[in-house]
Amino acid sequence: MSLFNCISNQCPLGSNFGSSNKLGSFGAVPQLGGAQRRDKSRNSRSITAYYGLKSPPYKLDALEPYMSQKTLEVHWGVHHRGYVEALNKHLAKKDVLYGYTMDELIKVTYSNGNPWPEFNSAAQVWNHDFFWESMQPGGGEMPTLGLLQQIEKDFGSFINFREKFVEAAITSFGSCWVWLVLKREKRCLAIVKTSNAINPLVWNDIPITGLDVWEHAYYLDFKNDRAKYINTFMDHLISWEAAAARMARAQSFVNLGEPKIPVA
Amino acid sequence: MDNKTGAMDKNWGGAIGPVRLIVDTLMVIRTLITRNPAAPLASRGLHTFSLPNLPYDYGDLEPAISAEIMQLHHQKHHQAYITNYNKALDQIQAAADAPTVVKLQSAIKFNGGGHVNHSIFWTNLAPVRAGGGEPPRGPLRWAIDNNFGSFEALIQKMSAEGAAVQGSGWVDPLVSKGASLVPLLGIDVWEHAYYLQYQNVRPDYLENIWKVVNWKYAS
Repeated sequence: MSLFNCISNQCPLGSNFGSSNKLGSFGAVPQLGGAQRRDKSRNSRSITAYYGLKSPPYKLDALEPYMSQKTLEVHWGVHHRGYVEALNKHLAKKDVLYGYTMDELIKVTYSNGNPWPEFNSAAQVWNHDFFWESMQPGGGEMPTLGLLQQIEKDFGSFINFREKFVEAAITSFGSCWVWLVLKREKRCLAIVKTSNAINPLVWNDIPITGLDVWEHAYYLDFKNDRAKYINTFMDHLISWEAAAARMARAQSFVNLGEPKIPVA
Repeated sequence: MDNKTGAMDKNWGGAIGPVRLIVDTLMVIRTLITRNPAAPLASRGLHTFSLPNLPYDYGDLEPAISAEIMQLHHQKHHQAYITNYNKALDQIQAAADAPTVVKLQSAIKFNGGGHVNHSIFWTNLAPVRAGGGEPPRGPLRWAIDNNFGSFEALIQKMSAEGAAVQGSGWVDPLVSKGASLVPLLGIDVWEHAYYLQYQNVRPDYLENIWKVVNWKYAS
């Protein structure tokens, strides 16, 4: 019996790095403990890593002066790396989690609101990978084409969306993330705040872009001035290209209706 | 105070109960905190809260906590809690209906709680020359030994719990008994409390903070 309901159009999204999907099913998250480690010899406990630390798609100083190299060195090189190492340690201990893709791992360890300790590590690894890819040197400005149209449809205007996003980030309390997601059921874009390590994958929504509002993300550059960090992100860092790519992919799974093709 | 209770005595049933409890609890606790009676909001007889002064200089807790952190922590973070707390109190006072009051609950809880926690935190710390770091004696020591086994066990437990807190939070090992649990000793483990100096190495921060903890206050 599967732990999760099979939804016919459900499919894990996001990058699979390191582990392969041994169970191969297109759909539900497979049963816990279903996969077995191949090598059952006594030496099999020496497996050292399932996941590697993925580098951001730019050099560490590429986001200057909006996000300093020092911040990236600590945030990526220490925090993110720490999460990866913690995750690998957890996975080495727990056979029942063997064989999952990252997305499945997050959903399983979230366990419908009662997260296991592994959830924090897994989710934070995913969150930070997503975050680095959500930024680019020379970012900011506005989305274009389909994504812009969808934003205008769901928020009225880009300005309105930006205001709401910034407001959500400023008013979030403690260690949080703010996401622009495509909601599967409602088939619309929405802004979602989550605390600590939680991300929209646990509710089966599709994240389009995200912002880390934990203090470690901005403290070295902006100290307590969270508003400035958020505005800098929106004006100079956010990668609408990455967001558009994610949106295009998301449309394979969520039917947003017929595209408006302009008549020549 | 009467003004406030007067406004809330409309028959809003259970929804208002928790808000009053939170507000009243915070009002009780506020006696620990300096307030500025010279600038009440005269039109409503409401007291505004203001930033309490530190009983030491910003640089006095070096090298355990840097002056830069102390200054930012006090002048920016704590002040922000106070400013937002005053704003929320204003808004709740002016609220015309129950849903608004209920919505403001979280603002009161976050900002009021942040204000209370930080005010106590400043008194929990002291420069070494003023006794910071000296282990407690007398009844408090006896109580610690009874409840935790030994003083070292308490320190270890707190450091472990502090390191284990995910995201933002506080570690409050010593709390006075009674209706309102008032923390006697609390350690701020939000990242802003240590990031500039220790970055993500929270265990180092927790190890070093014991050198400036003011056990006399808790006693």
